[in-house]
Amino acid sequence: MEQLYARDIYGKTLVELGKDDPRIVVLDADLSGSTRTAIFAKEFPERFFNFGVAEQNMLATAAGLASSRKIVFASTFAMFASARALDQVRNSICYNNLNVKIVATHGGVTVGEDGASHQAIEDINIMRAIPNMRVIVPADALEAKDAVLAAYKNQGPFYIRLGRSKVDTLTQRKGFTLGKGYILEEGKDLAIISCGILVGEALKAFKELKKKNISAAVYNMPTIKPIDRELLIEIAQKYKRILVCEEHQVTGGLFSAVAEVLVRNCPVLVDCVGIDDRFGQSGSPRELLDYYGLSADSIAQKAEKLLRQ
Amino acid sequence: MTQRIQDLKKKATLIRKLIIEMLAEAKSGHPGGSLSSTEIITCLFFHEMKHDPKEPKMPDRDRFHLSKGHCCPAVYAALSICGYFPQEELMNLRKLGSFLQGHPDKRTPGIEVASGSLGQGLSVALGMALAGRLDKRSSRVYCLMGDGEIQEGNIWEAAMAAAHFKLDNLCAIIDYNCFQIDGRTEEIMNLEPLVNKWEAFGWHVHQCDGHNIHELLEAFAEAKTVKFKPTIIIAHTVKGKGVSFMEHVVDFHGRAPNEKEKEIALRELEDISKEEDLL
Repeated sequence: MEQLYARDIYGKTLVELGKDDPRIVVLDADLSGSTRTAIFAKEFPERFFNFGVAEQNMLATAAGLASSRKIVFASTFAMFASARALDQVRNSICYNNLNVKIVATHGGVTVGEDGASHQAIEDINIMRAIPNMRVIVPADALEAKDAVLAAYKNQGPFYIRLGRSKVDTLTQRKGFTLGKGYILEEGKDLAIISCGILVGEALKAFKELKKKNISAAVYNMPTIKPIDRELLIEIAQKYKRILVCEEHQVTGGLFSAVAEVLVRNCPVLVDCVGIDDRFGQSGSPRELLDYYGLSADSIAQKAEKLLRQ
Repeated sequence: MTQRIQDLKKKATLIRKLIIEMLAEAKSGHPGGSLSSTEIITCLFFHEMKHDPKEPKMPDRDRFHLSKGHCCPAVYAALSICGYFPQEELMNLRKLGSFLQGHPDKRTPGIEVASGSLGQGLSVALGMALAGRLDKRSSRVYCLMGDGEIQEGNIWEAAMAAAHFKLDNLCAIIDYNCFQIDGRTEEIMNLEPLVNKWEAFGWHVHQCDGHNIHELLEAFAEAKTVKFKPTIIIAHTVKGKGVSFMEHVVDFHGRAPNEKEKEIALRELEDISKEEDLL
């Protein structure tokens, strides 16, 4: 299975877009090597602006650029985009409904060794709460590219969360459509809905469950906002038991988005795999997935428990 | 030029009357800073800036961004006199469904970008200035900030960046009325030495009397001649200027005049109008 860095693909996609569209400008806050906006900076130095360690300034400036008809891609780590510069994102970008695409890298605990201060696990919650903002959490590098293209094509603000680590390219992936989820594996006992790197874990859990004669359907839900309401209702009607998996706090992320739809339209048993009101810590990405109960094993165990309920 | 200055003075007095009327009608809002920034806004909208109410999105227009968003009544008055919308609309300030929101909103004709949360406006203006330079436009960008506002850290991030990017098409103005909500700036959080701070950040600094039209026009003219650095005009002003009982009174930072206060204020401003007519 091919492993790619979503952020590599992001940098390359920016160059492709930049070649065809002179309105594209790219901003970074001293992390261009890590976020890969440096790939764009090398190609189009006059349309790249490094703001130094000043995320608030970067994102309010992004609003000013977008108000002058620029299409702005702004990158930093998910932690700083969603927390440090939140007021700028809300009041300067989203309230004005401006064409700013925040592509944040190093989302989730799998940032790894840098520890809790750098592990954004509240960002989906925060960004999802702001009117006009759309939120995408791609499952692999190719989906990251699709997400960036969708953000480019659709007017208004976007938050795209990418991870730090290489991710397996999903062999079952289908074409990305903004606001739509889709099925990766068919099943009949329960449905697992996931986003981001936990889609890969969910697919491993699918295999483990299969060995125990449990047939789990696996869905990819890359767009958290707007959430695919129709698909969720369809899933709930079909399965009655749903497990939502995300590399995020259990409050406010994909689990909440799913629950908000189902509780009003088709209440069924829903549980989640996520981080339960705790901070992260240093460790390797794999160790952290295990420690916080986000790995395939934990997903399989939760699925079995849900079936017993 | 003397006639021009007289005309601008009259415009400023008219704006002050409208500020008092709309705030009294709204029964809330910020008269102090609106009145202290009146001449600055008058000079920009009626002399300095290239803009056209008939074509608000004209690509080469100069941009104005009110970073101290709470002083929007002065800008709304100026926009209505320019013809961006009918003057009667001013009486809908802060009312449900009105396009004249308590703080600037993009739906108001003539407002480029919403503001209100302090400290972000200089960055927004910086973005406009970068875009203007990328597009090789002659547009200039003007950003009006409050003095208390520059206590926000974001302002200094933007100050550093504007000098770094050598944005000589950017002109910021500080309405230095020496008061913020809780009291005198020197007591709440001292801003001095202000000139040294901006010079140290790489800006061209110009100080003037923010109520003297002639000095303001000179300041804006000089800013256009400065190359490879942004300019900041530190405009020394009086909070509540033009209404005797509001001048230097911190209570009127964020309190609207009641009916009785409105009548007295309008009478005082009418007296100023009459004096101006005699000149």
